[in-house]
Amino acid sequence: MAGSILEIKDLHVAIEDQEILKGVNLTIKGGEFHAVMGPNGTGKSTLASAIMGHPKYEVTKGSVLLDGEDVLEMEVDERAQAGLFLAMQYPSEISGVTTSDFLRSSINAHREEGDEISLMKFIKEMDAAMDYLDMDKNMAQRYLNEGFSGGEKKRNEILQLMMIKPAIGILDEIDSGLDIDALKVVSKGINKLRSESFGCLMITHYQRLLDYITPDYVHVMMQGRVVKSGGPELAQRLEAEGYDWIKQELGIEEETVGQKA
Amino acid sequence: MTVDTKLPYEKDYVSKFSDERNEPEWMKSLRLQALELADSLPMPTPDKTNITKWNFSQFKHKAEGQVIKSLDELPDDIKVFIDMENHDKNLVIQRNQSIAYKSLSSELEKKGVILTDITTALHEHSDLVQRYYMKDAVAIDENRLSALHTALMNGGVFVYVPKGVVIEEPLQSIFWQEDNEVATFNHVIVVAEENSSLTYVENYISHNQDQQAVANIVTEVIAHDNASISYGAVDNFAKGTTVYVNRRGVAYRNATIDWALGQMNDGHTASENITHLIGDDSTSHAKTVTVGRGHQIQNFTAKIVHFGLASEGYILQHGVMKESASSVFNGIGKIEHGASKSNAEQESRVLMLSKDARGDANPILLIDEDDVTAGHAASVGRVDPIQMYYLMSRGISKTEAERLIIHGFLAPVVKEIPIKAVREQLTQVIEGKVY
Ligand SMILES: Nc1ncnc2c1ncn2[C@@H]1O[C@H](COP(=O)(O)OP(=O)(O)O)[C@@H](O)[C@H]1O
Ligand SMILES: [Mg+2]
Repeated sequence: MAGSILEIKDLHVAIEDQEILKGVNLTIKGGEFHAVMGPNGTGKSTLASAIMGHPKYEVTKGSVLLDGEDVLEMEVDERAQAGLFLAMQYPSEISGVTTSDFLRSSINAHREEGDEISLMKFIKEMDAAMDYLDMDKNMAQRYLNEGFSGGEKKRNEILQLMMIKPAIGILDEIDSGLDIDALKVVSKGINKLRSESFGCLMITHYQRLLDYITPDYVHVMMQGRVVKSGGPELAQRLEAEGYDWIKQELGIEEETVGQKA
Repeated sequence: MTVDTKLPYEKDYVSKFSDERNEPEWMKSLRLQALELADSLPMPTPDKTNITKWNFSQFKHKAEGQVIKSLDELPDDIKVFIDMENHDKNLVIQRNQSIAYKSLSSELEKKGVILTDITTALHEHSDLVQRYYMKDAVAIDENRLSALHTALMNGGVFVYVPKGVVIEEPLQSIFWQEDNEVATFNHVIVVAEENSSLTYVENYISHNQDQQAVANIVTEVIAHDNASISYGAVDNFAKGTTVYVNRRGVAYRNATIDWALGQMNDGHTASENITHLIGDDSTSHAKTVTVGRGHQIQNFTAKIVHFGLASEGYILQHGVMKESASSVFNGIGKIEHGASKSNAEQESRVLMLSKDARGDANPILLIDEDDVTAGHAASVGRVDPIQMYYLMSRGISKTEAERLIIHGFLAPVVKEIPIKAVREQLTQVIEGKVY
């Protein structure tokens, strides 16, 4: 089967009645790696959260389609089951629920009832993925994200990504707070998923991540919109020259979403 | 007084009841004395819950139960509490008021350990029982229910561990209220002599939905110098039973009493769990979980009183409230004058699953001494929508996500329950009550 297609069309999103996204258009196909870059406060996390269905974000206009199905009509769990995955910038901590129990529930949620993964197979797959990500095995028995360092949380997000194997992965600042070794390991995990059946949207405000995961397309967000798109060379120019030239080109003074819509 | 003051049973009845059981004279006179007191004593007054209208007087007092030859004869819902694989069990099964099954490993028997029903203990160890029965922990004249309990006591177990005996494997009681109307006036005594240690776990089970019954339970736990007692319980009385359960501990020098109580009754429940840290360096952890549902009203008072120097008391109460259930959690740490260097911590947390449920978390600290440390925390809240979002973003359904969060919330207490079979059973009961 060829990969999935995620189409984001004229997406407008508000938080507490303030408009944050003001018409985002993006299409991500299986096999493609897209990078969304932009300074802080330009709406990148809002885009990711709205696609996944975060309860605080309200879509006021536009559409999100996954293989032609209306994602915005789906509950959060249905979006995941349809093939979406979001590695969150700030994953929740859940006391009393072990990482391993949570992972097993997640995997089973993607399988038919009666076709649950066997415990043996699950442990084997989890161990392999944890080895691949250089993770301490004890983490599986610790409570989900509770007391995890920033880096451990990021690895845990990628562990989930690797085990769930979604059709479309959205990674929100997966590189923030990682030292160079951790960044390499995490990138290795993401690169392992590269195939025709996996499309990826990486959100970052550093070029650094893109040294390890080469994107096919690069988009720049400002003021709640995608203001420029290009190939990997765009990321390199941003690395060398910063964002000012884009602002000048577009006549933008303040790149963030701004207090007043 | 608002309750009908007429006692359900008369002097002649009590006297005859004692005779039928061939009880020692001291027991009979204690019963009669208590019966007289019951008439004039007030009902207990758990803080913030009015129990005066609850049914503590309508019940049947006597019911026999059949002896079983082998554990295989037990119904499945009792079997689940037992580690069936282990053939060297230390177990008492009480069926109504009869002992259906009893076993104690010969090794423990040789060491002088006693694990037996209260009636047998009164015959075989009368002096020992008398030494502890309503003496150091609970008094007969505390209130009307403690007096009634003494007068009408109809079951329970006696556990005694001699000096220096350290028991690894748990001792277990199962109290099976098979008859739908019979009252449970159980008396449990656990004594650990100096330098001994034990783990005890008990289960209360009934199935009465519409038939009314009463449970009026007193438990007295005594840890002598350097002794350590780990006490686990899963209370699972059905809706028709009104419960008053009084679990009390006394810890002497450097002794430890740890409680892990799964309070899963379906009827109105007033639970008191009080530990007196008498000795220097004594310690207690009092952990409890509960799930309230329907129109259930419950009051859980956990209290640790510090008398000894450098004594440590930790209270942790977790409750989940659904439908129209209403619960009060009082976590009380009291440090008496002279108990310097003591530490008292209370934590009460309630998770509300419906808008009609009510939960009240009251950590209370009463300090009569300067040189101490103390802390408390309380929260009453709903399931966090951001946590739900995180779990659901991995494909987990809303119901399953909520289930994970609830089990996670109760885990700090559930994981302390000593016997694996009982722990798993408690998880099942929680599952059944929440969904
Ligand atoms: N929960 C929130 N409540 C109110 N405003 C928010 C919230 N989250 C984000 N914002 C605002 O939305 C804008 C975009 O935020 P975000 O999408 O997180 O940016 P980025 O991920 O690009 O740094 C910012 O101006 C921020 O202040
Ligand atoms: Mg962000």
